[in-house]
Amino acid sequence: MNEPERLPNLPEFLWADAEPKSAYDVIIIGGGGHGLATAYYLAKNHGITNVAVLERGWLGGGNMARNTTIIRSNYLWDESAAIYEHSLKLWEGLEDDLGCEVLFSQRGVLNLAHNLGDVREAKRRVNANQLNGVDAEWLTTEEVRKLVPILNASDDVRYPVWGATFQPRAGIAKHDWVAWGYARGAHAMGVDIVQGCEVLDFVTDGNRVVGVETNRGRINAGRTALCAAGHSSGLAAKLGVRLPVQSHPLQALVSELLDQVLDTVVMSNTVHVYVSQAHKGELVMGAGIDSYIGYGQRGSFPVIEHQMAAAIELFPIFARAHVLRTWAGIVDVCPDASPIVGHLPLDNAFINCGWGTGGFKATPGVGWVYADTIAHDRPHELGEPFALTRFEHGSLIDEHGAAAVAH
Amino acid sequence: MRLSSGGDIFRDRPLTISFDGRDLGGFEGDTLASILVANGVRVCARSIYAGRPRGLMSSGSEEANVFVQVVSGAGEPMVRATEIEAYDGLVTESLASKGRLLDLPDTSRYDKRFIHVETLVVGGGRSGVAAAAEAARAGGRVLLVHDRATIARGEGVESVVGMGGLTILTRTTATGLHEHGYVVAVERRTDHLAVPPETWSRQRLWNIRANEIVLATGAHERPIAFAGNDVPGVMLAASAVDYVTRFGVRPGRRAVVFGCHDGVVDAARALAEAGVEIARVVDARPWAADEVKQGTEEGSLDVRAGVVIGTASLPDGTLSGAVIQARDGSVETVACDLLAVSGGWNPALQLLTHTGGRTRWADEAAAFVPSQRPQHVRVVGKASGEFAAALRPEPLFCVDGPGSDPADIFLDLQRDATLADLRRAVAAGMRSVEHVKRFTTISTAADQGRSSSVLTVGVLCQELGVPMTEGVTTTYRPPYTPLTFALLAGRDRGYLADPERVSPIQDWHVAHGAAFEDVGQWKRPWYFPAYDGESLHDAVARECAATRSSVGMMDASTLGKIEMYGPDVGEFLDRIYTNLMSTLAVGKVRYGVMAAVDGMVLDDGTVARLSDNRWILTTTTGNAAKVLDWLEEWLQTEWPDLDVRCTSVTEHWATVAVVGPRSREVVAAIAPGLDVSNEAFGFMEWRDAMVGDCAARVMRISFSGELAFEVNVDGWRGQALWEVIYEAGQPYGITPYGTETMHVLRAEKGYPIMGQDTDGTVIPQDLGMSWVVSKKKPDFVGKRSYSRADAAREGRKQLVGLIPSDGSSPLMEGAQLVETGVDLTRVPVPMVGHVTSAYDSVSLGSPFALALLADGANRHGEELQAVDELVGTRVRVTSPVPYDPEGARRDGN
Repeated sequence: MNEPERLPNLPEFLWADAEPKSAYDVIIIGGGGHGLATAYYLAKNHGITNVAVLERGWLGGGNMARNTTIIRSNYLWDESAAIYEHSLKLWEGLEDDLGCEVLFSQRGVLNLAHNLGDVREAKRRVNANQLNGVDAEWLTTEEVRKLVPILNASDDVRYPVWGATFQPRAGIAKHDWVAWGYARGAHAMGVDIVQGCEVLDFVTDGNRVVGVETNRGRINAGRTALCAAGHSSGLAAKLGVRLPVQSHPLQALVSELLDQVLDTVVMSNTVHVYVSQAHKGELVMGAGIDSYIGYGQRGSFPVIEHQMAAAIELFPIFARAHVLRTWAGIVDVCPDASPIVGHLPLDNAFINCGWGTGGFKATPGVGWVYADTIAHDRPHELGEPFALTRFEHGSLIDEHGAAAVAH
Repeated sequence: MRLSSGGDIFRDRPLTISFDGRDLGGFEGDTLASILVANGVRVCARSIYAGRPRGLMSSGSEEANVFVQVVSGAGEPMVRATEIEAYDGLVTESLASKGRLLDLPDTSRYDKRFIHVETLVVGGGRSGVAAAAEAARAGGRVLLVHDRATIARGEGVESVVGMGGLTILTRTTATGLHEHGYVVAVERRTDHLAVPPETWSRQRLWNIRANEIVLATGAHERPIAFAGNDVPGVMLAASAVDYVTRFGVRPGRRAVVFGCHDGVVDAARALAEAGVEIARVVDARPWAADEVKQGTEEGSLDVRAGVVIGTASLPDGTLSGAVIQARDGSVETVACDLLAVSGGWNPALQLLTHTGGRTRWADEAAAFVPSQRPQHVRVVGKASGEFAAALRPEPLFCVDGPGSDPADIFLDLQRDATLADLRRAVAAGMRSVEHVKRFTTISTAADQGRSSSVLTVGVLCQELGVPMTEGVTTTYRPPYTPLTFALLAGRDRGYLADPERVSPIQDWHVAHGAAFEDVGQWKRPWYFPAYDGESLHDAVARECAATRSSVGMMDASTLGKIEMYGPDVGEFLDRIYTNLMSTLAVGKVRYGVMAAVDGMVLDDGTVARLSDNRWILTTTTGNAAKVLDWLEEWLQTEWPDLDVRCTSVTEHWATVAVVGPRSREVVAAIAPGLDVSNEAFGFMEWRDAMVGDCAARVMRISFSGELAFEVNVDGWRGQALWEVIYEAGQPYGITPYGTETMHVLRAEKGYPIMGQDTDGTVIPQDLGMSWVVSKKKPDFVGKRSYSRADAAREGRKQLVGLIPSDGSSPLMEGAQLVETGVDLTRVPVPMVGHVTSAYDSVSLGSPFALALLADGANRHGEELQAVDELVGTRVRVTSPVPYDPEGARRDGN
């Protein structure tokens, strides 16, 4: 039995809440991982520190606190691979950059293939990844078995494992710590973090957004950046912009702490399982997306039941583990399962949303890109393909195949 | 130590259990915990990080210290010792708040039941039993679930067993309250039995729908934190009493009782009556005075105002004394081996908050009580906070006495989290209890903060200097009590993990040695080895050659089939398919493509008109359910005015495709009444026919370019049809083939498979199928998208054929296409397309592939490299129809 170790200590000081000032150069709406990372890079990369992050609840309390922390960049399309790989590179230096631990662990991510179609898609993605400079390998069933001995890679299973793609540099991190690390860094550079501050409306001057009305009064802004995931739809609607985004519940669960049995992240689209064993020892698993639309952070119980059936089929050793806690996040999804990053069709107003199941892993990358976009009032090259205007001209980036369930 | 009498145990039924290798005696009716207490086992666990000795701190579901690994029976990690009913032969091992998974097959069975009731009562204590009785008397079905072996009974409790309309489930815990009166509960059926009946499931998951839900879930006693409050011997006061009354065991010889409400005196009396010497009762309330309370037969109670500020312990770590600070500030250590503590009561409102219910701090109850209830949920008894008045509680969460080390004051015993940790969180800037929870990990353990959550809110408010009424608890999540993964899976394990669908002809396929492929939930014949060990490659080559040269047959029963009925079907299909369908004549069949709203190809198939108002359409095997959903979504949400009914008939029909130049002879032989001549029965037509005494619908459609007939009969007659065709085809060497040969044959003709040769970025025009996109129809799903700039963009990826430049190198599906001369080592390497399908073609005499290639329609004849695993293979771009491009084979010879 390996002795549990305490997690490393967090920094002695993280951030202090600010009273909102009457005006800022930049207001970021949404104090999740993306909003905080954006504020951090605005300050760090662009020297813009007269910035407020407005969070209506508690910081990092939305999807940042609810995801299963998987980080990878092995996306199919060039545009996706580019921004996620940029993100992964930032992850690799994040602890040094932020000066605090985020428990980033490059334990590798396996995406299992269970039929001929899976194999075909997996190989296509591996080839694309390799040519894009993203680390990716195709593993045979035997290689998968060696890497994850507890996986039932025999033929005696409903959907046998035909092989898997493997990204060794992928992994997990401690989600709360990431949010707090960015908050700490941003706060230290002068960014105001305001919790319990809900944006109720926008203040416009012609086609220009000049501020926001909040439950704590009006705040003027040189530039206003939405970073509110699924709630961006409601916010943008106040500006007369209808976003092509739908929000669905996506559930996850943890087991009790268990002796280490799994040191790789394993994902399977076909049988709807993704699982890792977190630092403390709990199994962290995600379920399939609930098909209905809503903001309620609760999902359907049958989805969890189905998920457990699939999990035990792949990992018979999990049969006796317990579900300790279930919860749901809300995934905001565009029709092409790719995000929106860039300008709103108003001056001085920006949008970042629609990350679906990819939001956590993209945190550093999108923070970097979005900050650059806001600072220079023009698209960053990695964000440009994800502009809202793509839905007008039709150049979609369809990641459904790769990201429908995967995270 | 066991008392000579008392408790709900069966003293005539002794048993022996094992704990960490020690055999311990107990009785039926004991829990593991009560046996540990009876045998004087004080150190029962080690704490997770600090490795400190820990003992039982409770007798029930609030236990945070003693979780064990159950080794006997089904085996289970991390079970509360207080919730394990003992049986003879129970084997357990202590844990340090971390379990381990047994690498042994789990042979237990789990099942599920569904029940609808007017009233569900959760909790079989006094209030729950009363509520159940009342509801049953009012008529209607009532379900009472109770997490222990027996519901409340005795003086003042109505006897409800056997009451009409009332179902009682004991050993059943409601674990989740979901929307619309949906409650999930787990019934533990055999865990308490030494030898479970073989036919019983171990646990049963109840899915309960109730019109009204009564929560009679009681309350959990709240501890008070002080230095050394984790020492074995420190126990919740009501639990200490519970050990006496339920199990007839004495949790200590000499006790100090510490609390902040009237109940502690009662607890002290109860313990004294059981022979526990009460060294001191410490009352922390500000108005408390030193007094002698009328006690028990054993003597009076010495009650003093003050607080416990620490503990003393023996070398083995167990409690030897309580350090008490009197009101005047004086400190003394009172020797004791039991420190019974009560900080008041927390109504058990976890279920209430699962679905949007809320709680508020009520000063008068010194507790969080219900403030907002979900619809149809009622809270009664202690869970509603009704204990308050009698107890005159004054909240006390944490005593940070003089000289106390905050790192010794435990807030969450299971996570080894202390006041020092909480203070670090506050110093770091944390204000929200959600942040403090995540910073300190308090209340994230297996007990979900049952003992630590409210305590932490209290301490946090104290540290921040805000009133408790501003405090909120963290959100409780289902399940209330941990649920075994296997229970949730139920019977959906092994090959039942997902339904395995097979065609009616499956038995024949199996008997003839077919190799199978999973296509969605279907098992489809992949190829038919002619002899043991014939390879896929050889079998497919043989099957292709036979079909192209004579006749083959394949089981096409798995294709999705949707029958549509109504006067508006034609109009509806016009809106759903990209091409025109309403003009289709009865007796005719038309190929069609469905697009998503973004114009991308969704699925394809054929549409046949059976009569004016009856149509049947086919979908790809994997998409049948998705397409039906798609049709229903449009019908129900967008066009409810259309009179159209859709019915899935996939499994009503068995379909055998007879394919190849000799197929006409074979079909003529099996259906002598059918005129199969090209003149009488043209391509893309269907006819009724009789095959023997069996009515059949025969369609002339082809997915291979060859003359072909698809014969449809009632599903249950599928195998007979197959055998008749197989027999009739013998003179022509009829050859059964599977999905792989089907793929090769269709690819040679450039027929794309939607989902394989397309990927959600492909419009019909990219497939060279502009003809399938109507320019006449006013509208259809996807039409608007074809007018967007990107649909007309030059350089779109288009379907092409590829052949290896050397005529022999194999091509790999999933290979990426790169221009020749590009250095593959200089990433990122620009990619211009990818191989979607690749086969070795007998007809063409070489490997070939289909691919999506940027500007592909204009690049026929050019060279590229197809890169797989960073190795490039030279390929030449061709038309996507490398075989029989003129379509000469369609009508046969």
